[in-house]
Amino acid sequence: MNALIEVRDLSKTFTLHQQNGVVLNVLGGLNFSVSGGECLVLHGHSGAGKSTLLRTLYGNYLPAGGSIRVQHQGEWLELVGAAPRDVLQVRQQTLGYVSQFLRVIPRVATVDVVMEPGLARGWKREDAQARAEHLLARLNIPQRLWQLAPGTFSGGEQQRVNIARGFMVPWPVMLLDEPTASLDDGNRQVVLELINEAKSAGAAVIGIFHDRLAREAVSDRHLDMTPPDLDPQASMASMASSPKETEQC
Amino acid sequence: MNAAQQIDRDAVSDRTQPLLKVRGLTKLYGPEKGCQDVSFELYPGEVLGIVGESGSGKSTLLSLLSGRCPPDSGVIDYRLADSHKSAGQWLDLYSASEAERRTLLRTEWGFVEQNPRDGLRMAVSAGANIGERLMAQGVRNYQALRAAGLDWLNQVEIDPARIDDLPRTFSGGMQQRLQIARNLVSGPRLVFMDEPTGGLDVSVQARLLDLMRGLVRELDLAVVIVTHDLAVARLLADRLMVMRRSHVVETGLTDQILDDPQHPYSQLLVSSVLQP
Repeated sequence: MNALIEVRDLSKTFTLHQQNGVVLNVLGGLNFSVSGGECLVLHGHSGAGKSTLLRTLYGNYLPAGGSIRVQHQGEWLELVGAAPRDVLQVRQQTLGYVSQFLRVIPRVATVDVVMEPGLARGWKREDAQARAEHLLARLNIPQRLWQLAPGTFSGGEQQRVNIARGFMVPWPVMLLDEPTASLDDGNRQVVLELINEAKSAGAAVIGIFHDRLAREAVSDRHLDMTPPDLDPQASMASMASSPKETEQC
Repeated sequence: MNAAQQIDRDAVSDRTQPLLKVRGLTKLYGPEKGCQDVSFELYPGEVLGIVGESGSGKSTLLSLLSGRCPPDSGVIDYRLADSHKSAGQWLDLYSASEAERRTLLRTEWGFVEQNPRDGLRMAVSAGANIGERLMAQGVRNYQALRAAGLDWLNQVEIDPARIDDLPRTFSGGMQQRLQIARNLVSGPRLVFMDEPTGGLDVSVQARLLDLMRGLVRELDLAVVIVTHDLAVARLLADRLMVMRRSHVVETGLTDQILDDPQHPYSQLLVSSVLQP
């Protein structure tokens, strides 16, 4: 087994200082590893911490404890406690993250948004552009939109632009947060093909898929994330998958 | 090995070493007024954002870092460029002579002021503003200065036909872009920015931010940017330092600090932003 990512005893808590220091224990004692060519699907009801886990693996959320190690350029690298510049290197070369939501940057054309991960790796502009256009065409984004900034696109179009960006370069490890949610059948099929192509190319995939057909098309194993302990905090944990909202009260 | 690979390899070794090392930097004007005990390292191509409320010490820190104001205590070491006569040597900023600091600020460093009128010479043309650093470096050829002026106006998206106009005939956004061109023409490695989008309309801000993002990547600039605007920080900065009452209360990856802030003050700062 050539594991590409290994997680040991990972935990995540949120301490809400603005709300009397309430502590939410969202993840605890997680252990798993994923090999190249394999897809691990996260199971659990809404609020079980699936998105929180993906964000923690990506370094977007700060783990409370445990270990996240990835194979980065031929060596194991510990991400818990890593320096920001090392995490950024891993995000450029090793670890890809695709959500349903595109973070729009004013004025930047769709094709430039999509090819950015290629340019960041030092690809030639022609090569990056060719790959970006290929993906946009495959995801049925009309060619007349490619030179426009995606800020005014429909939600579904923005989602597909974000997926094109996510699959722009080959990633050794991919984190997918419901990439097929709310897509029509044709486009969902394209995304599932992209995921399976990434697996065939040797990517280790960790994903959340609410829709059963999508799950069956790509899943090799699943991780059950139903919280084992039902202490009083656990019911509050259901709010914690979107801590931003809870903080803004 | 061909020449290109050799250059790549040199560039790689350059990137693995910090450009700036800051230890225990302190300057206090009163209790918790100013900044105290700030330490960090900045690498080539890295963008560090400093955020916090007014009066938290952000601008004081920027003045200390950029050689404008000596600290009460603490050390700033800067690694000199390969083109410099003592290439790769560390320069202790406040042990260096005033002349050495001034030279750095005009060549390897840049400083973008919040108010472009503080960073531009308002009485001379746009072209002369851009050419000033080059002339200070000994470029005397009029054609070369003119060509650099036209090229940089183009790069910051100002109509090159305006090269002979005075900056005061420019809009605020154009003045800010001209100030950026004036700083970048000497090919600096490190640029300090103090609220560069502060006084601008939102529509003008977007254009300036996009321009700065592109230039930072293309020129592989290290940047220290002070801003109170978290959206600007998210767009430009790789990592953040959150300041409050003269202390750095939290540091980390930009998106981690904005999406999962740990310190009570950082949480307050992030949750206080109105979502449009």
